[in-house]
Amino acid sequence: MKYSRLLVPVVLAMLLGACGSNDPDISQYGPNPELPEPRRGLLPDMTVAEPAPWGDRLPSVPQGYTISAIATDLKIPRQTLILPNGDILVAEGRGGNAPALKPKDVIAGYIKSQGTTSVESGNRLTLLRDADGDGVYELQTVFADNLNAPYGLALVGNTLYVANQDALVRFNYREGQTQASGSPVKVTDLPSAINHHWTKSLAASPDGSLLYVGIGSNSNITERGMTAEVDRALIWEINAETGAHRPYATGLRNPTALTIQPGSGQLWVVVNERDEIGPNLVPDYITAVQEGGFYGWPYSYWGQHVDDRVRPQDPEKVASAITPDYALGSHVASLGIDFSEPAMGAEFAEGMFVGEHGSWNRSNPVGYKVRFVPFSNGRPDGAPVDFVTGFLGEDGKTRGRPVGVTVDPRGALIIADDLSNTIWRVTPD
Amino acid sequence: MSVNKDQALQRELHPVHVVLLAGIIPLFLGGLLSDLAYSSSYHIQWNNFASWLIAGALVFCGLALLWAVVDLIRTDPRSKCSLLYTLLLLVTWILGFLNALTHARDAWASMPMGLILSVLVFVLACAATWVGLTKSRAGGGQ
Repeated sequence: MKYSRLLVPVVLAMLLGACGSNDPDISQYGPNPELPEPRRGLLPDMTVAEPAPWGDRLPSVPQGYTISAIATDLKIPRQTLILPNGDILVAEGRGGNAPALKPKDVIAGYIKSQGTTSVESGNRLTLLRDADGDGVYELQTVFADNLNAPYGLALVGNTLYVANQDALVRFNYREGQTQASGSPVKVTDLPSAINHHWTKSLAASPDGSLLYVGIGSNSNITERGMTAEVDRALIWEINAETGAHRPYATGLRNPTALTIQPGSGQLWVVVNERDEIGPNLVPDYITAVQEGGFYGWPYSYWGQHVDDRVRPQDPEKVASAITPDYALGSHVASLGIDFSEPAMGAEFAEGMFVGEHGSWNRSNPVGYKVRFVPFSNGRPDGAPVDFVTGFLGEDGKTRGRPVGVTVDPRGALIIADDLSNTIWRVTPD
Repeated sequence: MSVNKDQALQRELHPVHVVLLAGIIPLFLGGLLSDLAYSSSYHIQWNNFASWLIAGALVFCGLALLWAVVDLIRTDPRSKCSLLYTLLLLVTWILGFLNALTHARDAWASMPMGLILSVLVFVLACAATWVGLTKSRAGGGQ
């Protein structure tokens, strides 16, 4: 009896020993981020910012830039595409049908839902048009509906490709169209069982013959079993003509956006890394995708840092894991990237914009902004710069959560905000 | 004599209380065996089973504990046996709850702490049941 009474403090100390310390917010960007030891206490750190309406407020932009809301009352806008005539297509929806496997999933799912919109999934594409070029998008109309959680968008010539959560489909597109002329044609099915990470990002090769689709893992770190991870956490290369596909790069936990670098034609990806091993692990990253490359998930992160939560382990895969190019910070939840254009202004002419949805697995929230990663000679060079902030207010309330970012070559950054269901447009004055 | 007999009857566990108490052994044992299966096979479903079995055990254990506390307040406070039983149940529930939180970690992160706790909680559950039911049999035999 005495012994069992002693057990409580002993085991408590063992379990809680790992947590409780206040972690410093280390700056974690660039090619060599500081990586602390993995750790997790009895409960994961969870802070979900409280949503609030914008009211008269606007997100903050650098001096010399203006931001305005060009579309509101959307149904969960995620990614956008600028069409050749300047029209904007918006993919709207929410996917995933991952069942709760443990009591924890039920509780965590409820908590996370407090920080997202309650609007129903749009499952559609909305077209925005500014016919007179005054910066006001006076036309907001449904381009196509009855889609299944569309996310990735790409236009190749007269063909519009849409990555639904379960299939890659295409529409014929004619310049000036405000409504799709028919139902979409399926190019190929995409892995969609469970769909823990359901977003299917999309980019087309410069010649348009190949399509790249990012497919996220089916778990945080294999807690849904290894069989659920077949054809997951990778980028598919798909033949646009036939739908034939093969893995292009693997070990990418959640490749939430893909884009082609102007000039070089190089494919870049932004990846959301794993949770629940501390507030400063593991950094999300952008990287130029190496064909055939393996980037670690689930066995390791940031190169050869082994994740002990995975069984069985695979030392050979760990040894082959590529270290990504540029860390963006842990838990920032980067969901959108696009390369800039000279029309965005001298300071932001060369580099990449990154939309950061914001953290949940951290007591001190991070992300909730759009940042700019400067490039030189085609490679990331220097610290990221805040471009649009104020989504998470100083009062601790969240008014928006950035997802997709798209550069309009005419000189504007289009930002999809899936909390306030708004499309923002930032322009140089 | 009749007063003693009444006290003895009062100290006997109510049949529903016995059912609640009896539930914790198979449920915590199921959790322990699932942990052993996960440890040796790495099959994640065993880890899920363990989580739900432990959650179920906590419901039974919590209700039995509540009943024991109410009984403790209502009966003769000098009854050492009942106090020991209640404390054992309390420790079982607390460690069981810590075990549930440990099992909420993803994949192998729940190990080996989850297995260690499952063993401890199972032993405690057996002890609590033994003491609880022994007391009631002794009381009934008076």
